[in-house]
Amino acid sequence: MTTADTKKKNKPNVSELFGKIFKRQIFIPIAAVLVLLLFNLIVDPGFFSIELTRNSAGNPVLSGNLITILNNGSELAILVLGMTLVTAASGGQDISVGATIAIAGSIILRIVCGTDAKADSASFGIVLVAFLVACVASMAFGAFNGALVSIFKIQPMVATLILFTAGRSIAAWINNNQLPTVSDPSFGYIGGFIPGIPIPTPFIITVICIVLMALLLKFTNLGLYSQAVGINESSSKLNGINPIFIKFLTFVILGLCTAVCGLIKVSRVSGITYSVIAQDIEMDAILAVALGGNALGGGKFNMAASIIGAYIIQILTTTLYAYKIESTALSAYKAIVVIVLVIVSAPAVRNKTKAFFAKLKAKAAAERKEVA
Amino acid sequence: MAFLKKSMGAAKKSKMTDTNLLLTITIVVFVAMYLAAVLFLGEGFLKPQAFFNMLNQNAALIIVSCGMTLVMITGGIDISVGGVVALVSMSCAVHLDHNGGSILEAVLLALGIGLAFGLIQGFLVAYLEIQPFIVTLAGMFFARGMTTIVNATQFNVAHEGFVKLKDTRIIMPEIFGTLNKHGKFIPAYIEIGVVVAILVVVILFCVLRWSKTGRKFYAVGDNNQSALMLGINVKRTKFTAHVICGLLAGIGGFVYFLHVGSGSPSHASGMEMNAIAASIIGGTMLSGGVGNIVGALFGVLSLSTIKDIVSSMGFDEAWWTGITVAAMLCIFLIIQSIVTARKSSSVAKSDG
Amino acid sequence: MKDNVVLEMRNIHKYFPGVRALQNVDFTLCEGEIHALMGENGAGKSTLIKVLTGVYEKDEGQIFLKGKDKAVAIHSPQDAQKLGISTVYQEITLCPKLSVAENMYIGRLNGIGVNWRKLNKDADAILESLDIPAKATQQLGSCSLAVQQMVAIARAVDMDCKVLILDEPTSSLDEQEVAKLFKLMRDLKSRGVGIIFVTHFLDQVYEVCDKITVLRDGQLVGEYEIKDLPRVKLVAKMLGKELDDTTEIKDTSLVYDKEDAGKHVLEVEGLASVSGIKPFDFYINKGEVNGFTGLLGSGRSECVRAIFGADKVVSGTVKKDGKVIKINKPIDAMKNGIAYLPEDRKRDGIIGDLSVRENIILALQVLKGFFKPLSKAEANKFAEEYIKLLEIKTASADTPIKSLSGGNQQKAILARWLLTHPEYLILDEPTRGIDIGTKIDIQKLVLKLASEGMSITFISSETDEMLRTCSRLVVMRDRKVVGEVSGDDMNQSKIMSTIAGGESK
Repeated sequence: MTTADTKKKNKPNVSELFGKIFKRQIFIPIAAVLVLLLFNLIVDPGFFSIELTRNSAGNPVLSGNLITILNNGSELAILVLGMTLVTAASGGQDISVGATIAIAGSIILRIVCGTDAKADSASFGIVLVAFLVACVASMAFGAFNGALVSIFKIQPMVATLILFTAGRSIAAWINNNQLPTVSDPSFGYIGGFIPGIPIPTPFIITVICIVLMALLLKFTNLGLYSQAVGINESSSKLNGINPIFIKFLTFVILGLCTAVCGLIKVSRVSGITYSVIAQDIEMDAILAVALGGNALGGGKFNMAASIIGAYIIQILTTTLYAYKIESTALSAYKAIVVIVLVIVSAPAVRNKTKAFFAKLKAKAAAERKEVA
Repeated sequence: MAFLKKSMGAAKKSKMTDTNLLLTITIVVFVAMYLAAVLFLGEGFLKPQAFFNMLNQNAALIIVSCGMTLVMITGGIDISVGGVVALVSMSCAVHLDHNGGSILEAVLLALGIGLAFGLIQGFLVAYLEIQPFIVTLAGMFFARGMTTIVNATQFNVAHEGFVKLKDTRIIMPEIFGTLNKHGKFIPAYIEIGVVVAILVVVILFCVLRWSKTGRKFYAVGDNNQSALMLGINVKRTKFTAHVICGLLAGIGGFVYFLHVGSGSPSHASGMEMNAIAASIIGGTMLSGGVGNIVGALFGVLSLSTIKDIVSSMGFDEAWWTGITVAAMLCIFLIIQSIVTARKSSSVAKSDG
Repeated sequence: MKDNVVLEMRNIHKYFPGVRALQNVDFTLCEGEIHALMGENGAGKSTLIKVLTGVYEKDEGQIFLKGKDKAVAIHSPQDAQKLGISTVYQEITLCPKLSVAENMYIGRLNGIGVNWRKLNKDADAILESLDIPAKATQQLGSCSLAVQQMVAIARAVDMDCKVLILDEPTSSLDEQEVAKLFKLMRDLKSRGVGIIFVTHFLDQVYEVCDKITVLRDGQLVGEYEIKDLPRVKLVAKMLGKELDDTTEIKDTSLVYDKEDAGKHVLEVEGLASVSGIKPFDFYINKGEVNGFTGLLGSGRSECVRAIFGADKVVSGTVKKDGKVIKINKPIDAMKNGIAYLPEDRKRDGIIGDLSVRENIILALQVLKGFFKPLSKAEANKFAEEYIKLLEIKTASADTPIKSLSGGNQQKAILARWLLTHPEYLILDEPTRGIDIGTKIDIQKLVLKLASEGMSITFISSETDEMLRTCSRLVVMRDRKVVGEVSGDDMNQSKIMSTIAGGESK
């Protein structure tokens, strides 16, 4: 009797709790990560093994699929930080990030290698200078996009189509279409491992970027302002916010993110291929934002969900590689998973399933009544 | 820019619609550009065949851009078209060469693939209300991936009937022909694909201008809430637009295949962006409700002309093309933004 | 079903998650009748209309139409249109980029093709017969909002509808246009069309309607002949209680009477903005409530927008406490203690997807600066305080503001500005489109704030509301300040004559 009572009492609470969790925006991306990891756990538990090995230079490095995910997902995770803000404030996406990464990479190599398109040594100082110049340049390109979007009121996707078209050409032009390479192994530390630290450097950089972004959101009103601007520009303006500046700012921040990605990218291969570097990364970044459950039409955003979205894509990629799927065919499988995910999280579908369950519940209740 | 000011002033007086205003600007720019090319760069552009070659090379892009324009008018976007073109040409190539299929089957295959993409994407966008960008992005990934799964390497098609069809040239009337330096008469020609492209443009233009369904696309893109209240089936209209766009991507894919005569995973790379660029230059607004099929045609021709001009001016390096196309896009976008601003300011004034 | 009944809705139920929007509602409409549908916000008027027009599906109940034996099923706006039910909404629901003619005919053309010449000719004929100043080939977006509204009505008229629903059609029209609309409504009435008229303006109801159906909290209160239901009773029915006479809000004890009462807080000289208003002078005293009055489009909002810096100022000076201040942007005005509650709540006021809390603290937050976000605890404290103070009805401070009713949204926006503790508060149409209960709350609050020393400008389309709250009125005509009335001069007829261009200057 008493147990039945407590059961009755607890039940709605539990379902309420589930309802709350289910409603949270971050639920779907986390569930997706869990499902993907569970799949790997069932099919091949070895997927999760992490080993401490020594790389060709004799330094200790961690390896394993999970490390690969954290390592390779870095650029996307960094990019998503800026892309989420741009999406929130301007209600559109920047499709020129891949091209801007190419430009940033090209600038870094141009400064490190000079006109010879070859560099045997890359001191810390020159790399730093190169990176800073690339930052300024990327932010300038971000500002160009931002100006088109905020001042000329062109939709972001269309405005950034300009740099998308021209970006890789500009990157090639900066190095006079040569393919510079850096043979100094220390240049590769940024995209690989710093001797003595077994954790991949890109992941460390990602963590730093995420922390910086968290601080930025905590100690400024950037989050509130960009959401307000994204939801209702005219109202924000009357509340003393400058929507033009906020939109502009988000694009400049995204520009900074692309510079960091550019540095990691060129360091990974100690060189550049203009048409291949960061190819399709803009699509992945947009996808990550969407997978995080953020409306691509702007407004409210959840940064953590976006970052998880970025890693979902990387987990998927790594999983597929682990099952020996050719890299060129990868996108087909990726597409299927993406479609499944967006269908599951589509509001129309969610409402229908909710209604369906509600009906089932009502039916069960009616039956119970009848029995009673 | 003086002419722009003038035409905008004229538009203000005659209350020209945005669609017509943007189209006029596009056509004027194209004609001016072509005339400038003829005047300053001479001969090459003066030959009628130069113009026809432009059509020959871009027939597929014209067809795909028409579909893109249609979807953009309804306020959507379809970035899977490049992938579909690649998948279609690869599938047809494999079907003809490896499976020994007939040309008719290949055509049906092309239409089927395009239609399938259109139906599925249209359903997801219209009925499940998923953002078109995401749906067609997935579509693009899928099509590109499938292309390599069908066949991972490039190869030329040796199918006899197909090669014959590919080399078929439709000879134009004599006045377009030229004499070569030996005094031999060389007739001007177009490829079959061009005929298909022109048919597509004409049919779609008529549909958009004079049919009930056509006008619905504009209404839905303009304001889909209003369209719903006006008694238009918004979901079906969006669905139809995506299906037509998919179908046109299929047709465009076959025309592309007919032009290049090979299958390759890297075919038509970036074609979706070219199609979007052509549509925008042709006066279609991504926000929906404004656009024109003839504009898409002129958009493609303008893109092609500017590329020709750049290369014949001696800027042979590949990057110059990218940069000039981008610059042109930039100019047209700013024109669009001015047109929108003009409209909102005139409304504010008449509001009192 | 009686012979002359064109529409009968019976036992209509509609549920939304957690809300019973309609419960057992009946509604009957006769031929040649103008039937007012009244109720406070959230009473279920819009839901009933949307059920009838197929935007929502009803959960229970039947709808009968004349000439149909069985109950009709309406699943979409198309279905409603085919059955002869047309609607003109408050927000313009047309396509601004299409031509006027096309807007009138799209969605209901026969056949496959479009015969443009015939279309334009027909459209012009209708526009002319209804005296609407628009051309068929004109792009709709280039017409004024009022004309766009009339085009929407023209469309409905031409659809040979049996039932015409006008959902708050007059809120963006000025008096002449309203008169034109009423003429049109009476014309249709004589042709046997049944008209459902939803409005917040009581005067208009008594001017044109034959019958009134009152809803409250999703339930039917009753159906009345207009002559049987005097205004006071109607208001009582809508509120569900006898209301103390609204004209007695003006409490003489609520007057600011400190020694600096006559001091000019803000002085404006020759101010003009890009919106096209003529340069105007203006001042406001400490603890005073004044108002701008004039017809729609006379430039009332433009004046206060210029003071707030919402429209770009082209000339003139603004002095605060005798010192010249520079106001280029809203933030400059905010820093000088000026607050502005905008006219269009949806477009300029609320930030729909953000929570009530974020909406309330927004202005204060902006004032504090970009690098000094309020802590969560502070934000919560402020929000809770004002939710309680203004009795904002919301599930929690976390609820998105868009899910609140119009009146509560308005209160939240008011809270936003009160939180900044302004010296000068501008309220532009704070009571438009909200229910009577909240209206009175807001008017009382205005008087109370003024008695505590706040200077307030109050703008409203309803003159009696202004008469109750304001002690001085600035009168405008054709974007120009044409006079000022105060003291004993303040009465309807004096204001009317000033607006119309009488003797005063």
